Amino acid sequence: MPLELLDSPDLDENKREGLWTLNFGPQHPATHTTLRLVLQLDGEMVIDAEPDIGFLHSGFEKLGEVLDFNQYVTIVDRMNYVSPMANEIAWHHAVEKLLGIELTPRCKYIRTIFAELMRLHDHLLCLGTCVLDLGGATAFMYAFNERETIYEICERASGQRFHTSYTRVGGLLYDVTDDWVKMVKDFVRNFPRVYRDFSGMVMKNRIFVERTRDVGVLSREEAIAGGATGPTARASGVARDLRRDEPYLAYDDFDFDVCASQGGDCYARFQVRMMEMVESVKIIEQALDKLPKGPVFAGDAGKAGMPDKKEVYRSIEGLIHHFESVMPNRQMAGPKESIYAATESPNGELGYYIVGDGSFRAYRARTRPPSVLHFALFSKLIRGCMLSDVAAVLGSINIIAAELDR
Amino acid sequence: MANETTDSKPTEIETVKSRLVELLPGVALEWSEFRGQTRVVFASGELLRCLNAFKAAGFDQLTDLTAVDLLEYGNVDDRFEVVYCLLNVDSGLRLIAKTHLNEPDLTIPSATSVWFGADWLEREVYDMYGIIFAGHPNFKRLLLPDDFQSFPLRKDYPVKGRGERHNFPIVTRAES
Repeated sequence: MPLELLDSPDLDENKREGLWTLNFGPQHPATHTTLRLVLQLDGEMVIDAEPDIGFLHSGFEKLGEVLDFNQYVTIVDRMNYVSPMANEIAWHHAVEKLLGIELTPRCKYIRTIFAELMRLHDHLLCLGTCVLDLGGATAFMYAFNERETIYEICERASGQRFHTSYTRVGGLLYDVTDDWVKMVKDFVRNFPRVYRDFSGMVMKNRIFVERTRDVGVLSREEAIAGGATGPTARASGVARDLRRDEPYLAYDDFDFDVCASQGGDCYARFQVRMMEMVESVKIIEQALDKLPKGPVFAGDAGKAGMPDKKEVYRSIEGLIHHFESVMPNRQMAGPKESIYAATESPNGELGYYIVGDGSFRAYRARTRPPSVLHFALFSKLIRGCMLSDVAAVLGSINIIAAELDR
Repeated sequence: MANETTDSKPTEIETVKSRLVELLPGVALEWSEFRGQTRVVFASGELLRCLNAFKAAGFDQLTDLTAVDLLEYGNVDDRFEVVYCLLNVDSGLRLIAKTHLNEPDLTIPSATSVWFGADWLEREVYDMYGIIFAGHPNFKRLLLPDDFQSFPLRKDYPVKGRGERHNFPIVTRAES
């Protein structure tokens, strides 16, 4: 194999003779869902990669123009299904900003706890499955065991394990119970022990370290110009976190650090995710200690807020209120304006650009999914790496095809 | 922390505004604000000049690029709105820049030369709205099949589709 190939991936035509093309996916265990890569290889070295996406496209944004602000939450769930509630929180954060609704403290705290649980949920899957792709099955089991507990926490609060549809405009589907608080407390108490085991198995594992260090390096400049956010950008030295820089929900009340690294390689991205899990646990602990009492629906949500089911079934006022919140011709009127609002989802900046036309549904509901911008960087990251590094790089930027294609 | 940022932001945006007026002599910039978010509208003829000026004014990241079909919006003259969500990574300042397009000429210059992250975002806008970005290095559909005929996020495209799903060619193993 001629050595100069390492330094000059852009070969002229007559040198391209020795290259071969490999179709990676759409059905491959390391793609996790359906996405396709067409790889140009020189031996085992990746010269170029052409991602091909759209296999899971199902027109979510078109549906966002048909369903109202509360109904569409069932669709956003299905975008990044690894951390479903993070999508819901981001969606309703944008809707509430458009409508100008201020949440109650209790609602803010519960949403914050869920947002951080989702971060743990997402990072555990990202790390666990990537280790599995790289050949270590044990850590995967540890991660999924913890994820199972988070599913149970979701189920206790919303009645659903997976697609919870838990948030509502100006509030939540149900208030949480003391039982739920105890469940989260138990989880948080148990988590550091699992984390220690998991961290030892993964981050100090020589095979894992050698397969991820200096692989798929993203420089700070590329991360900024390419639109990278979240752990991917922070691993390249862009110390930006919306929870600190544009505080939303209750993040202002808590003490936590923004985790960043200078490495820019796959290992750094995993390291940032590992460190973030510790910070998430810190935030959940503080939120549980300070969890305020009171209603979960904002008073100024008015017609937009859903009344308590007990009231709906037992009083005429409650029934009228319910009727007014769900009937299209009686619903709250939104402003004829547009807004972009984003939250720090586990994968990066998850934003919604909503154009309102004066009704209770979006005229345009654009999702800004972090995966799209990260996956667009993929061919840059993989050039000059080996074929076996594809799994490591794909795993480290945590591509969720359902969010990619919407 | 939060108070600090909200206090310093108005002055910061004022500086950016005056800097942009300096950088873009003779270009009409229409400013507006909604819930603390600054928006600017400019003519699509000046697109590339404006985008370069935004970058020079400190907006080093293109957070999002999208479009809106204003066909059924009411009280607007234009058909399409292209939206650039910009961010200054160091200061955290955001700017929503918009421009308008009308049929039949749906071609605007590509922003990939300014921020290369615009690559897939522009392909998606083309895929959904049929807006053509001239000078894009790899211009084709992103999500839908290459031989797809319509642009589904346009308001005159029905939610149910036009039967594409039912008429999708099925290639059997024997034929392939």
